[in-house]
Amino acid sequence: MIDKLGMPKWGLSMTEGRLIEWLVDEGAELTVGDEVAEVETEKINGVVEAPAAGILRRRVAAENEVIPVGGLLGVIADASVTEAEIDAFVADFQAGFVPGETEEDAGPQPQTVATETGVLRFLVQGEGGEPLVLLHGFGGDLGNWLFNLDPLSGGRPVYALDLPGHGGSSKQPADLLAALRAFLDSQGIARAHLAGHSMGGLVAADLALAEPDRVLSLTLIAPAGLGEEINREYIDGFIAATGRRDLKPVLQQLFADPGLVTRSMIDDVLKYKRLDGVREALQTLRDRLFPDGRQARVVALDRYGGPLLVIWGERDEVIPAAHAQAAPAQAETHVLADVGHSPHMEAAGEVNRLLERFLAGGQAGRSEEETMLVPKTMIVEQLRARGDTEAAERADRELGEKVDTEQDAGLLADLQIDTRKLVESFRGQSPAVG
Amino acid sequence: MARTITFQQAINEALAQEMERDPSVVVFGEDVVGGAGAPGEDDAWGGVLGVTKGLYPKFPGRVLDTPISESAIVGAAAGAAASGLRPVAELMFVDFVGVCLDQIYNQAAKFRYMFGGKAVTPMVIRTMFGAGIRAASQHSQSLYPIFTHIPGLKVVVPSTPYDAKGLLIQAIRDDDPVIFLEHKVLYTVEGDVPEEAYAIPFAEANVLREGDDVTLVAVGRMVHLAEQAAEALAGEGIECEVVDLRTTSPLDEDTILESVENTGRLVVVDEANPRCGLAADIVARVTQEAFGELKAPPRMVTPPHTPVPFSPILEDAYVPTPETIAEAVRSIAGAPAAA
Repeated sequence: MIDKLGMPKWGLSMTEGRLIEWLVDEGAELTVGDEVAEVETEKINGVVEAPAAGILRRRVAAENEVIPVGGLLGVIADASVTEAEIDAFVADFQAGFVPGETEEDAGPQPQTVATETGVLRFLVQGEGGEPLVLLHGFGGDLGNWLFNLDPLSGGRPVYALDLPGHGGSSKQPADLLAALRAFLDSQGIARAHLAGHSMGGLVAADLALAEPDRVLSLTLIAPAGLGEEINREYIDGFIAATGRRDLKPVLQQLFADPGLVTRSMIDDVLKYKRLDGVREALQTLRDRLFPDGRQARVVALDRYGGPLLVIWGERDEVIPAAHAQAAPAQAETHVLADVGHSPHMEAAGEVNRLLERFLAGGQAGRSEEETMLVPKTMIVEQLRARGDTEAAERADRELGEKVDTEQDAGLLADLQIDTRKLVESFRGQSPAVG
Repeated sequence: MARTITFQQAINEALAQEMERDPSVVVFGEDVVGGAGAPGEDDAWGGVLGVTKGLYPKFPGRVLDTPISESAIVGAAAGAAASGLRPVAELMFVDFVGVCLDQIYNQAAKFRYMFGGKAVTPMVIRTMFGAGIRAASQHSQSLYPIFTHIPGLKVVVPSTPYDAKGLLIQAIRDDDPVIFLEHKVLYTVEGDVPEEAYAIPFAEANVLREGDDVTLVAVGRMVHLAEQAAEALAGEGIECEVVDLRTTSPLDEDTILESVENTGRLVVVDEANPRCGLAADIVARVTQEAFGELKAPPRMVTPPHTPVPFSPILEDAYVPTPETIAEAVRSIAGAPAAA
């Protein structure tokens, strides 16, 4: 079995990428999702991940070489494949490859749908399975998911939506939750997994609280709505900036690594900001959601009982990562080191893996090796069910709201709780509905 | 959403959207309807090159053919602007500006100052310029330095369909007289342009390509030639930063200086005559403001100081080319790192 390691297509306009650096040597054993090479595009740098397990048998592209989307970076195969077969595979591919004619190059194209909340632009990729809907943040658009759309679309349709006032959707002010509902209705989506970034997280949480039946699971990435603090300088700076020089330092606040902000990314945001109605739309949203440099809406997320994944960047300069602590007990929470306000872009591989596992596993997605945070209430309930009131009271007294299966192992052992079974029952819990 | 249209369509769309949005916007000039006296839509050519096609039937009474009298066209525009309309007047070729210069530089450009800021003159003069279509010396000049020289005028020289639409919308919404110069050779150039209306602020240069070795400054058609030169030079290991000024007045001096502070080397590409031209102005400003940053003498790439020749061979030799631009860059770039 020979697998092609190709130049991915990140975003609508990408036609080629420059291989900056190989991250693994020829002969390296790869599993699916391993980081293989770093690639620079006009918009942003990204990491190419192994599409298949095997050995990296050949590095075809050289460092600094510009390769069209779909072009050959390397060859992955197992040890039984001969060098001659690899040579033949490479020669065959290169002979038949025409840039711009591959499926990767075409990519999904954005569509629009007219709803009562205005025209909404969206992109859908993948099919079968339960749908996932991605909601961008303040000032963003569906292009923010350029690193996530493709990896998450195996086995499910992934929708990326432009919220009203953003991207290619209507610029008239509209209620964001109403727009999300209208969009789901327009696509005939009865139930969906929702993942929202920043302001999009707040919109997703709003739907989960208003209509829990509609939401299969909730993923919040550096979300608004979990606390009052927000970086006023960022919000106001984003609205006020009219040129490259004002906008660049504002956009750099989105990332731990300011070098990720390219000329092309700034140009794209400027093009959006120049559209008639955008400034007013953004001001309306700011006044409604973030007046006076505070978040006006902090949601009662503890009323949501369904599966919840919270991802934050430790170095978030827009909404403090400390807000992650406000997530309810059942939440699976990850705070990623050296990442800013945009983990889905800056740590795309990690976010994709967490989301994929979360979506596959329902309630929790941690691997066996990792420690697990389990809600205290679950332990207390189990002890009560066992009839051991004393132990239940002790657990309630001595354990924190979230119990770490590793750190609290001693006490759990004292209480005669089998942590492995506990984790299993926690994982197996069906999503609470209603 | 953005889709691909031509430079010409982008200008047409900007006019149509602004006329739709604001009933005070009117369009007039020689042949902008183009009906040769006939009232019907069938004969409405929309200008010699069809740039205003389709506006006449869509906005009855607001698209007017004028007599062949530039002084009347521009004088009417200045008066209309001073009394409440937002006229977009067309001067078919910029070469004809001689007969209406008084209305432009002595009237429209002065109103704001003469009336103590109490009068505004929101007029736009759209006009064609540039060499390259064998139109000879009286229909091929690049006269933007004449307007740039006059305080009170704003001067726009777009290079792409995206910029043409956004800058024309800004020009129409602006309260000062704006001269909007369209290079004939660019009308068929295609590019991505949003369907929605948008305005690009003036004095916001566009950095089309980043590079650390040489700063290449250009406007209009020269931007495309500078980009081609930069592409070729990249293959030789010389990285150019290409700066499209978009507007020559007001001028985004900060972007130029910022770039030169990084590269230390400047080449200005200008299709206007070299004496008292745009290139001379930019080079002078950079030399004055950033002399200490310069690693080599700035270079100007311009035509020779002669009228545009009618002979095709001479016309081709007259206009800067990617090769002459690249040569100027090489002459000051020093030894390329990876040649």
